[in-house]
Amino acid sequence: MDFFQTLILTTDSAVRLSVPLLFACLAGLYSERSGVVDIGLEGKMLGGAFAAGCVAAVTGSAWLGLLAAILVSIGLALVHGFASITQRGNQIVSGVAINFVASGLTALLGQAWFSRGGKTPQLPNTARFNEITLPFTDSVRGIPVLGPIYSDIISGHSLLVYASFVAIPLTWWVLYRTRFGLRLRAVGENPGAVDTAGISVAWMRYRAVVITGILCGFAGAYLSIAQSAGFSKDMTAGKGFIALAALVFAKWKPVNALGACFLFGFLDAVGIRLQGTQLPVIGEVPVQAMQALPYVLTVVLLAGFIGKSIPPKASGVPYTKER
Amino acid sequence: MSAQSEKLPRWVDYGLIPLLNLAAALLVSGLVVLLIGENPLEAVYWLVQGSLGYSEGIGFTLYYTTNFIFTGLAVAVAAHAGMFNIGGEGQAYVGGLGVTLACLALDHYVPWYVTFPFALIGAAVFGAAWAAIPAYLQAKRGSHIVITTIMFNFISYSLMAYLLVRVFKQPGSMQPESRTFLEGGRLPFIHDVAGWFGIEMASSPLNLSFVVALLACVFVWALIWRTRLGYAIRTFGTNQDAAVYAGMNLSRIIIITMMISGGLAGLMALNEVMGAQNRLLLDYVTGYGFVGIAVALMGRSHPVGIIMASILFGMLYQGGAELAFEMPKITRDMIISIQGLVILFAGAMEHMFRPALVRIFTSRHDDLGQEA
Repeated sequence: MDFFQTLILTTDSAVRLSVPLLFACLAGLYSERSGVVDIGLEGKMLGGAFAAGCVAAVTGSAWLGLLAAILVSIGLALVHGFASITQRGNQIVSGVAINFVASGLTALLGQAWFSRGGKTPQLPNTARFNEITLPFTDSVRGIPVLGPIYSDIISGHSLLVYASFVAIPLTWWVLYRTRFGLRLRAVGENPGAVDTAGISVAWMRYRAVVITGILCGFAGAYLSIAQSAGFSKDMTAGKGFIALAALVFAKWKPVNALGACFLFGFLDAVGIRLQGTQLPVIGEVPVQAMQALPYVLTVVLLAGFIGKSIPPKASGVPYTKER
Repeated sequence: MSAQSEKLPRWVDYGLIPLLNLAAALLVSGLVVLLIGENPLEAVYWLVQGSLGYSEGIGFTLYYTTNFIFTGLAVAVAAHAGMFNIGGEGQAYVGGLGVTLACLALDHYVPWYVTFPFALIGAAVFGAAWAAIPAYLQAKRGSHIVITTIMFNFISYSLMAYLLVRVFKQPGSMQPESRTFLEGGRLPFIHDVAGWFGIEMASSPLNLSFVVALLACVFVWALIWRTRLGYAIRTFGTNQDAAVYAGMNLSRIIIITMMISGGLAGLMALNEVMGAQNRLLLDYVTGYGFVGIAVALMGRSHPVGIIMASILFGMLYQGGAELAFEMPKITRDMIISIQGLVILFAGAMEHMFRPALVRIFTSRHDDLGQEA
């Protein structure tokens, strides 16, 4: 297989692998930009994936599955919101708790309801988000370079993939071009000032947390009813944390998030492709090295060795009105 | 005054509130059991029966307790310095490397009690080293310790998987694990120790590292409340500015505290690798590091509280295994859910019942005041 063909295939799978990261990363962005640290992205994705798998299996509708994923994920997000905004509890602890609860309950309920070792039933294609072939795919395939890019990389993905790519400019617009976005960013940097302006800090943060829930729901639904044909136990497998790393790597900015998620997705795709192959000079690259790379890169970036990643000023700090 | 800073009697703060939080978590767990169509009271019966009802069960409970004491102490030491060590998971995993190297090197030649100090030091040093890098980055480069320790957890999974598959795996074996240690690399089980003194005990994986865990509790108590360093740690945790004015070296405190914390987490490997499994396995930590957060929170970062919270989680682990056996619909995943709920109610929402309790206790004190 020639190099160009390999590159096309790897990029195609990188797109697929980066979509759940992208949804979860944008989800975390809303929450953390509003001042609520969220390490429970993983749990919300898992809960969403499970809900989507169950509902799609029972009703046979992918759209109802997606809706269920969003609702369950919002539910978990509100628990996190209640703990960290209303109760002013420790946000890290709350995130850890959500991850545990989601991991335990999805496996437990999955086994109790379907008795398939924690899996939901295999979904028929009618109950999934299927791949969409864009127009003219076949006619342009013959064009060198651009043809394969259009028909193999851009075309042939599920609706949710395209939705994730719409979510980036949308997030950018919401964050930097709307009043809501301005207030959201302000509440994460200086909640006191926002409060003085007569805007409720808690209500702003709750809205941010709900958006986080919605996007994590999309991420979860993508995993169980678009990429796969059903939910399986702990299927997020750390993707929520890679998304968190991507968020730090992207310096909490939406357009950077696309770059970071695609980079991490690409590393994942390359890792899969390189398994067992000998490279010139360096020999075989261990798959574990590729898996660790996103985290290592994030630590290096965080340490300020390549640029500087500074979190929103008030993130992780519960807001108490002055007394 | 907000309800959070209102003074409550000590027994309410350290006893009643954790118990109420625990009760709330168990209540929700009970609802989950109802949801899957089983009887929650029967589940509680098997949970208690399985963990405390017979000698072997108690042994298993205390074996799990050992792990929780180590990871709980690790979180607590960092918490006294106002830091959040969420990397216990990775530190305990890498600590296993130190134990394994000591055992593989020595088990052919010497009895266990010679290997033991080397394994102990190995576990602590490797755990401490794994915590030292995030600590250094926090102290010198200002990168947030929570994020770096999370990243280091994942880096440790890859590192250990690589070492197990490429370095420790035995030729001809399919399992990614080290060779089984000989007698010289095995900690004696408590039932063996009891046997030396002529006491009959049911066999369980409970081993000498339980004693090490209790000694570690004494060590942490002495360190935090009886040494200069402990004083510096607590000052740093309460008020960083005061610590600076007092002339304390902040970077030094951050790095030393995190290394002690990582070392304690690393010691968990002693129980698993040298005590129970006698070999290095893939993913033997599975959540103990994270649950350490809940243990430290419920135990109010005090060694006595940590021992009690660890016993509680030990009971959940062992009782949960029994429960899954007696009531097959309630799989072991139930225990993960209960742990999550305990972390949620006892950790993140620990102040939920506080306003009500403050109302109850302050009004009663007012009445007493009027009578006098």
